[in-house]
Amino acid sequence: MALRQVLDYIWLIPVFPLLGFVTIGLLGRKFFKGKTELVPSIIGCASVFLSFVTSVLCVLALRHIEPNAEGVRVFTREVFMWIEMGAFRVPFKFQLDPLSSVMILVVTGVGFLIHVYSHGYMHKDGGQYRFFAYMNLFTCAMLILVLGGNFLMMFIGWEGVGLCSYLLIGFWFGKDSAANAGKKAFVTNRVGDFGFALGMMLIFTNFGSLDYQTVFAAAPHTLAYNGAIVTAITMLLFVGATGKSAQLPLYVWLPDAMEGPTPTSALIHAATMVTSGVYMVSRCNALFSMAPKTLILVGAIGAATAFFSATIGLAQYDIKKVLAYSTVSQLGYMFLACGVASYTAGIFHLMTHAFFKALLFLGAGSVIHGMSGDQDMRNMGALKKHMPHTCWTFMIAYIAIAGIPPFAGFFSKDEILWKAFTYNSPVLGPMWGKFLWAVGAAAALMTAFYMTRLICLTFFGESRVSHEAEHHLHESPGAMIYPLMALAVLSVVGGWVGIPEALGGANHFHHFLAPVLDKAALGAHGTHEAASAGLAYAQEMTAHVGGGGEAHSRSLELLMMFVSIAIAGAGIGVGYFMYIKNPNIPLLLQFKLPGLHKALLNKWYVDEIYNFAIVGGTKQFANILCWFDANIIDGTVNGVAWLGRTLSSASILFDGGVVDGAVNLVGKIVEASSNVLRRIQTGYVQNYALVMAIGVFVFLSIYILFR
Amino acid sequence: MTPEILTYADMGLKWPILSLLTYIPVIGAIIIMLFLRRDNTIRWFANIVVLVDFVLSLRLIPGFIIDRHALQFVEKAPWIESLGAQYFLGVDGISILLVLLTTFLGVLAVLSSWTAIQDRVKEYYIFMLLLQTGMLGVFFSLDFFLFYVFWEIMLVPMYFLIGVWGGPRKLYAAIKFFLYTLAGSVLMLLAILGLYFLHYRQTGELSFEVMKYYGMDIPMHIQRWLFLAFFVGFAIKVPMFPFHTWLPDAHVEAPTAGSVILAGVLLKMGTYGFVRFSLPLFPQATMWFLPYGITLAVIGIVYGALTAMMQPDMKKLVAYSSVSHLGFVMLGLFALNQQGVEGGILQMINHGLSTGGLFLVVGLIYERRHTRMIKDFGGLSHQMPLYAIMFMIITLSSIGLPSLNGFIGEFTILLGGFKALWMKPVVALGFLPKEWATNMSTLMVLLATSGIVLGAAYMLWMYQRVMFGKLENPKNMELKDLNLREVMTLIPIIILCFWIGIYPKPFLRFMDAAVMNTVLMTNPQAALAEMKQMREMQMNAAPGQGMEAPSGMQLPPGHPPISMPGQHMMPGQQSAMPPGHPPISMPGQTPAMPAGHEAMMEQFRAGESHGMRRGLTFMEPAAAGHGEAPEAAHADPHGHSGDK
Repeated sequence: MALRQVLDYIWLIPVFPLLGFVTIGLLGRKFFKGKTELVPSIIGCASVFLSFVTSVLCVLALRHIEPNAEGVRVFTREVFMWIEMGAFRVPFKFQLDPLSSVMILVVTGVGFLIHVYSHGYMHKDGGQYRFFAYMNLFTCAMLILVLGGNFLMMFIGWEGVGLCSYLLIGFWFGKDSAANAGKKAFVTNRVGDFGFALGMMLIFTNFGSLDYQTVFAAAPHTLAYNGAIVTAITMLLFVGATGKSAQLPLYVWLPDAMEGPTPTSALIHAATMVTSGVYMVSRCNALFSMAPKTLILVGAIGAATAFFSATIGLAQYDIKKVLAYSTVSQLGYMFLACGVASYTAGIFHLMTHAFFKALLFLGAGSVIHGMSGDQDMRNMGALKKHMPHTCWTFMIAYIAIAGIPPFAGFFSKDEILWKAFTYNSPVLGPMWGKFLWAVGAAAALMTAFYMTRLICLTFFGESRVSHEAEHHLHESPGAMIYPLMALAVLSVVGGWVGIPEALGGANHFHHFLAPVLDKAALGAHGTHEAASAGLAYAQEMTAHVGGGGEAHSRSLELLMMFVSIAIAGAGIGVGYFMYIKNPNIPLLLQFKLPGLHKALLNKWYVDEIYNFAIVGGTKQFANILCWFDANIIDGTVNGVAWLGRTLSSASILFDGGVVDGAVNLVGKIVEASSNVLRRIQTGYVQNYALVMAIGVFVFLSIYILFR
Repeated sequence: MTPEILTYADMGLKWPILSLLTYIPVIGAIIIMLFLRRDNTIRWFANIVVLVDFVLSLRLIPGFIIDRHALQFVEKAPWIESLGAQYFLGVDGISILLVLLTTFLGVLAVLSSWTAIQDRVKEYYIFMLLLQTGMLGVFFSLDFFLFYVFWEIMLVPMYFLIGVWGGPRKLYAAIKFFLYTLAGSVLMLLAILGLYFLHYRQTGELSFEVMKYYGMDIPMHIQRWLFLAFFVGFAIKVPMFPFHTWLPDAHVEAPTAGSVILAGVLLKMGTYGFVRFSLPLFPQATMWFLPYGITLAVIGIVYGALTAMMQPDMKKLVAYSSVSHLGFVMLGLFALNQQGVEGGILQMINHGLSTGGLFLVVGLIYERRHTRMIKDFGGLSHQMPLYAIMFMIITLSSIGLPSLNGFIGEFTILLGGFKALWMKPVVALGFLPKEWATNMSTLMVLLATSGIVLGAAYMLWMYQRVMFGKLENPKNMELKDLNLREVMTLIPIIILCFWIGIYPKPFLRFMDAAVMNTVLMTNPQAALAEMKQMREMQMNAAPGQGMEAPSGMQLPPGHPPISMPGQHMMPGQQSAMPPGHPPISMPGQTPAMPAGHEAMMEQFRAGESHGMRRGLTFMEPAAAGHGEAPEAAHADPHGHSGDK
């Protein structure tokens, strides 16, 4: 079988996990509960593994597809017509191109490792079958999200992953905090989806289609560069992205989402689902590149989020909360990349982040597992000697996220910062890029610092583990350790696919994605087609070249690289100094700056403000409406009824006194007169006939007279 | 335009299937009344009757003509000749799904009553069966006289179901329901009589036949009054804000099966009435009323959702959520385009399934615990895992999760609203500056869309408070999970929810032609724009979809893309049609338009039918002198605000 024919089975990629979900879900409660917990694990892992193999084959097969007019190797397959109403037609359609290739490989690859890990982590939980069912469903939804060929397909996956996130966050639904966190995640995401849905409607009304290829091909002709419509569309889509990818102001659900089992946090809330906003923005780069105003917003939100959540990460004690805020911060970097129209860098960071952040979470999960469920770093310390494998894998991820070469995080983060530094915004000019760079660099400093803090508090320094916990302290089983090792390898080498030319690399990753994401790099494809589009592309093209010649830019790039390494080193150094060398400095700072510390510890009170203003406000308003409904609207209805009853009582009175009185009076008269008339009743027919004739005569005359 | 009429004999049936469907339940009721004594016998018998009715109703599906709008399985006979009333039954694409929904929910409702009803069993089932007859009669009737008879018949059994088998405030609720609905029906009756006499005056023929009224030329000032009378009658039934307060009371007090039928079918009578009567009979008045109608629908969406959020009683919560969901339906119908109306009708079905399901779900624990207060529960998932799964799926369907039914309806409604609202109310408002009106209409869609956020909030909150958390109340510790019969009442709903969500085509194709026809009668511009777009899609459709990116998508430079140029879309589809350009002159070459639409186009071009001619005058500026009617329809694309 020619490799190319594998693509005909592309639909199997999401179907495998779906089958896993259905099997485990339907049979789980009856058959897989209790002793046979190995079975759901095997089914769950195998389905994702099959999906991974299929993905690899499909991605390899994609090389055999001829590039289309735009130079993109893209494969599409319509499975069936999903919705058809008049001119609104949405097929169930898959699309595989370099962008979705990267995504499916990350999702199934990292997903598979996390599934294996889960077997170790979740064993003896009792609800393991449920866990694997949800995880498989999640994988399926995520694959639909990234493989979908139109916006509505993406939306299926989009809401599907939201649902699974809800189910998994609330996995231990007996805990109120978990149930609350799940609901919060779903509803906050719905706020984002509201924007996404409106964006889709605006796209449909303007393009008459929701198909990616149609929309993106038509965009330069249909919409004006920097016009109101394209700005509105992209802003609305970006609202969706801020919800799903936990950006300001909708990030609040992600830290709470840590209530879920740790593998969930690794898979959904670090590696895959939360990055789907970045995927979406990159997927729609044709639209976003036409809307420089939106790009400014994207960059601003990304930078602000990266900075803001890094500050919160400085002072958290819950190991998973630190990682959660770190995730929010790193997602901010990805949006920062998108905001400087450097989508490749965003996707590159998405990929490396998936490796090292999944590793961090899984390592944290291993620590929590060893600590018998305790997540507070104040109760840890010097775990290195108890959990050596966890420690060294964790260290690798830590170096990667801190941004030290040649680990994965360095290349991607540095590319983002470099692209930001050289960005020349069509609206705000080159200074905007410099500003974004500064914010990003500050966030990088903090990242290196709080990660060092985390490492020091957890694995090094003095042990603060209680006696009881120390007794149980153990290294995690193989099922958990091997995935950690695999991810550690990826966290080292994962960045090597994108080594920049400045360092003598080939930057394969960039060239692989460029046809989809970086049309400018391909040369002026769009330029002659429509003037406005050409302008857009031309501007994007000049954006990254930098001021001077190629050589000048090279040396600058190298310089900036050293700057970012220095920043990372500074962060690490300060952290080392504060948490290993002089462990009382943090306490001193805490004492000196109680207000700041408290604000950081309480996450700037954002949750409290939201709860008060938005949740409380909505509930209060709803209460007022309930009152209005019961008293005013229903009161009116009951008032009408009361009026009816009152009138009826009144008329009864009237009836008894006046009408009935009159009737009785008539009765009396009749009675009296009947005494008289009785005599007429003679019994003779002639008399009756006479009376009848008179009667007829009288009535007829009345009729004629009054007609 | 008058649709084609196909009798049951034309369609190859030997027996009048619609009459059978309608009267099987009442015959069953008579048999129960006369011959059956023992409760269990009655239960079995009633279940069999509704099941037979349901199976028989499936016979409507094969052979149903979907490629053009036609009244099918028709039975037509003179009835009261002195009045011109006929016995005229038929189904078309608008009613068939509602009919199937009715027989389907009938089965589930009767099945779910097995243990819930313990006293006056005989009377209960008699009323349930009578109710089914009334409902089916309403959907089948194509003669206003007959329609009104069924419409009123339907009220009586429902009144008794609430009043006899209801909760503590049953009498209050039953009387409120009855009188409120009756008040609406009386107005509707007046409007029907108005139409009747108007028709008599115009044609000299006494007839209650609905299709004959379609072609009438009703002066605007009369249309408005008639529309309002119908509107109030239907709006009470739907119920639209602010006519909704009978609904929570009726739901809370009604027995479970009563709630299921009430939410699932009875409310649809109102929305069905809009599609069947109000829109095609009074197109100009509809346009005139549009901004108000949309405003009420959107208020209903948000208001219903917010009020639902704070309800302590599960049934009341679901009742208010109905107000919100039916707000969506009304929004879709008022969008007056293919997506809006079709989505609206689909959403009627969806709401019937998911809200019917929710009432069943609530009824299940009510039967066990005799309380519906949310605070009495918590942590039920531990005790009733199967119940938890079913409840979750139905909740998600109600929230509108993609791949479940609610999503398709809500999304297409909002899409329809979005398409329509960019242009319509603008026009109809008239007294507002145009830009305001556009902003207002955008605001309306924004608010309506916010309903999906609120919907998730109140449903998940309820689910969380009932199912999640610790099992604390000792009374809940002995709750039993669902038994087979109970599972059987929910499984069919769940299957349909997934089916409609994943592969809605079999459901949608019933409606396509009929909805197109309705839109064409009410809002010809939207229909023509839709057809034009479909034609363009057909011509642009790349022949080689599949392996490589269809190069057909790459449009030549000067050529307008698949749809109209974006900038022109802002004022709305109106711009799709050049000003002053008669819409009739569509390019003739059509490769493969669906036959039905093609036929409609032909008819439209020829301007043959009576109704269509009115549709045209309605659009042509020159006809403005012709009555005061048509301003509503054309927004001047160039922005001279003019009307009134």
